[in-house]
Amino acid sequence: MLKKALYGLAIASVAFSSCGGPSADGGKKATTGALGSSVAEKAYVAPGEYDEFYAFISGGFSGQLAVYGLPSGRLFRVIPVFSQDPEKGYGYNEETKPLLNTSHGMVPWGDAHHPDISQTGGKVDGRWVFINENNTPRIARISLKTFETEEIIEIPNSAGNHSSSFVTENSEYVVAGTRFSVPIPQRDIPISEYKGNFQGSLSFLSIDKEDGDMDLAFQIRMPGFDYDLSHPGRGKSHGWFFFTTYNTEEAHSLLEVNASQNDKDFIAAVNWKYAEQLIAEGKFTEEAVKYAENEWDESTHMATSTIKKSVKVLDASKLPGLVYFLPTPKSPHGCDVSPDGEYIIGSGKLAAELTAHSFTKIEKAIAEKNFDGEAYGIPILNYEAINAGAVKNPGLGPLHTEFDGKGNAYTTFFISSEVVKWKLGTWEVIDRHPVYYSVGHLMIPGGNSREPFGKYLVAMNKITKDRYLSTGPEVCQSAQLFNIEGDKMELLLDFPTVGEPHYAAGCPADLVHPNTTKIFKLEENNHPYVTKSEKEARVVRDGNDVHIYMTMIRSHFAPDNIEGVRVGDRVFFHITNLEQDYDVPHGFSMIGANTSELLIMPGRTETSMWYPKEVGVWPFYCTDFCSALHQEMQGYVRVSPKGSNTPLTYTLDDDPLDM
Amino acid sequence: MKKSRILMIIGPLFLLGLFVYPLWNIRLEAPQYPIPLGMYIHINKITDELPHDVKNINLMNHYVGMKEIPEHMLEFDLFPPIIIAMVIIGVLIGFKANYKWFLGWFILMSLLGIAGVYDFYLWEYDYGHDLDPKAIMKFTNPDGTPMGFQPPLFGSKVILNFVAHSYPATGAYLMFVGMMMTLAAFFVGKAEEAKK
Repeated sequence: MLKKALYGLAIASVAFSSCGGPSADGGKKATTGALGSSVAEKAYVAPGEYDEFYAFISGGFSGQLAVYGLPSGRLFRVIPVFSQDPEKGYGYNEETKPLLNTSHGMVPWGDAHHPDISQTGGKVDGRWVFINENNTPRIARISLKTFETEEIIEIPNSAGNHSSSFVTENSEYVVAGTRFSVPIPQRDIPISEYKGNFQGSLSFLSIDKEDGDMDLAFQIRMPGFDYDLSHPGRGKSHGWFFFTTYNTEEAHSLLEVNASQNDKDFIAAVNWKYAEQLIAEGKFTEEAVKYAENEWDESTHMATSTIKKSVKVLDASKLPGLVYFLPTPKSPHGCDVSPDGEYIIGSGKLAAELTAHSFTKIEKAIAEKNFDGEAYGIPILNYEAINAGAVKNPGLGPLHTEFDGKGNAYTTFFISSEVVKWKLGTWEVIDRHPVYYSVGHLMIPGGNSREPFGKYLVAMNKITKDRYLSTGPEVCQSAQLFNIEGDKMELLLDFPTVGEPHYAAGCPADLVHPNTTKIFKLEENNHPYVTKSEKEARVVRDGNDVHIYMTMIRSHFAPDNIEGVRVGDRVFFHITNLEQDYDVPHGFSMIGANTSELLIMPGRTETSMWYPKEVGVWPFYCTDFCSALHQEMQGYVRVSPKGSNTPLTYTLDDDPLDM
Repeated sequence: MKKSRILMIIGPLFLLGLFVYPLWNIRLEAPQYPIPLGMYIHINKITDELPHDVKNINLMNHYVGMKEIPEHMLEFDLFPPIIIAMVIIGVLIGFKANYKWFLGWFILMSLLGIAGVYDFYLWEYDYGHDLDPKAIMKFTNPDGTPMGFQPPLFGSKVILNFVAHSYPATGAYLMFVGMMMTLAAFFVGKAEEAKK
């Protein structure tokens, strides 16, 4: 009886709280305590409905970029960027191999760090995502029409491309800043002679307004510090770029100690508008380098790799006005610019407070030459003169700050595992929320722009022990979703991520979803080995190379019986998917091929290479379930001994194809 | 000019819309086609409703052994000159002839229309029943006879996993309006005659 009465009471109070009149929180449902069940509702996207935002979360050491929906946290796709992906044939088929070419040859892996979305007028425009690779310094551009990597540029004179790949407010440039300073040009010198001999590079890559094509426009030669993160100025500070540094001590060993000695490191403020002027005036030196520029051609469905050999370099030490140093406490990591461009927030990882510089004060200090010495000829601005304020005792280990567009900032604290909300200008802490655990970066859609969409915040955690079902010593890493519409942050959802959720960018779904490519039009396929109809399918021998021009359609290959291939040949399967229907890819795999499958979208051509090593009749088949007769989508290649005279034939249903 | 003549001149001109707009639409819905596949039947060609629809209809239909939707048919050669002739005759009648001829034109046009619909039915029947004996999938009706896949002449019909919709399109509506105007012309003409 008592139980029933309690149920009755509970139901009554639920009814009251959901149907009752306006309450203190503006009529919103109660979200705390026993009635907090509506939290699940806020992250729930019903079957068949779409998420409101896209989140592009880097895979860190996976080298890829994962696409999630917010608020559901559902994983939609993993876009291969810097690492080979056998699932999609990326980096294995002949068309995409050139994308992974570098001055060191083909590099099959890279660690993907900071995605950023292209902008127009300071707002995210949903056209491209740029992302950097740290190990082999590279920047990639991913099309948000096809969700495929379209371009990868290697960065010369650079090592550990970390303070990257952030985009200016009209997508004029995407930047690449070196994490590790190195001898430039590389040479054989004792590591102990680091100081003064090692140098850094900040690279500016121009972005073509129409097709997004990137070009290494110029580099700025910098002192031998470590450059950590960066963000563009916007609004009033548009034309400037800010880079955090650590190891201004220029230590070369046991950096955890030796690079943590200075009370203040710097944020390097780069006047890139002035850099453009210096380039135009010819104040640069042309240096010999070697780097790969790899571009995807949507028309030929192929990438090409070009090795480039020179770069324009501006020397910050010799060009007054190009770079200023903003003293910032203790190894700053995040370097985040408020939506209006006024505040530059430096997160000193080892500092007890968060430092905000004022752009207005920076301009004034520069005009008044209010310097506090210089480093390698670069003026250090007076800390007091440029400081706008500080968030006192905010937490331990501040890393990264983003903004909600309503005057609030949110900072992650790695050591104290929390997200802290504070107010720009007054620097007072408004709210704090624990995360699970060791949060790195966070993301608010549109965070790196003039117009953040301050509805959700994603915190990306490095450690999740005890948080999910365990999977052996290696557990998943995770992201946590907060609703930030109210005064208090509200934790809505945990979701596991691919690789290490290192950094993310997000934008409203309607900027991207309606513009995506559904099929590749066959009539626009200019691949040199395209086969546009079954009648054109054929096999051509060219010495020891055999080119198979093959088509695929539900549910057969044409041709499906090929004879006359010999041991010692090199066989190219150039396969065109003749489908022109959305979401009907076909796969291809060949027994014994030392490569991956192909996964070919409608209208696209891809090439797989196979060295037949043994005499026999060998099957190939479709790997992607395509129709009721997917299992029947198969064929054979007969391999004869080296030097045999088996005639080259290719048939479908035992008939030649050109009948 | 008399009201009846104006109606009789303008009415047949509406038939010219058939050279711009399709006559008929057939649309196929299925769970895996949230955006339906569709084709438009014009007096001189068959076109996609959305890009590549006809190709995809052919792809689906080949499983049950249906032929490909023809790119060319005898009707495509016949219909345009017949329509042109009917327009010219109609306009001439409007200018010159007695109102009784208006009804004559309407009846002739109706007969031609019925013949067209019958022809369409015959084509549909053939398209839905003349199946490749090597068809991948064979279905039979409850009575054991081979299942046909004929789309409905008019209306909607379930065919296996598809719902087929067959309805007039813009050209047909224009033709209908035009023909009604000629019928109206007859009655208006009759009334004008009576007033005299």
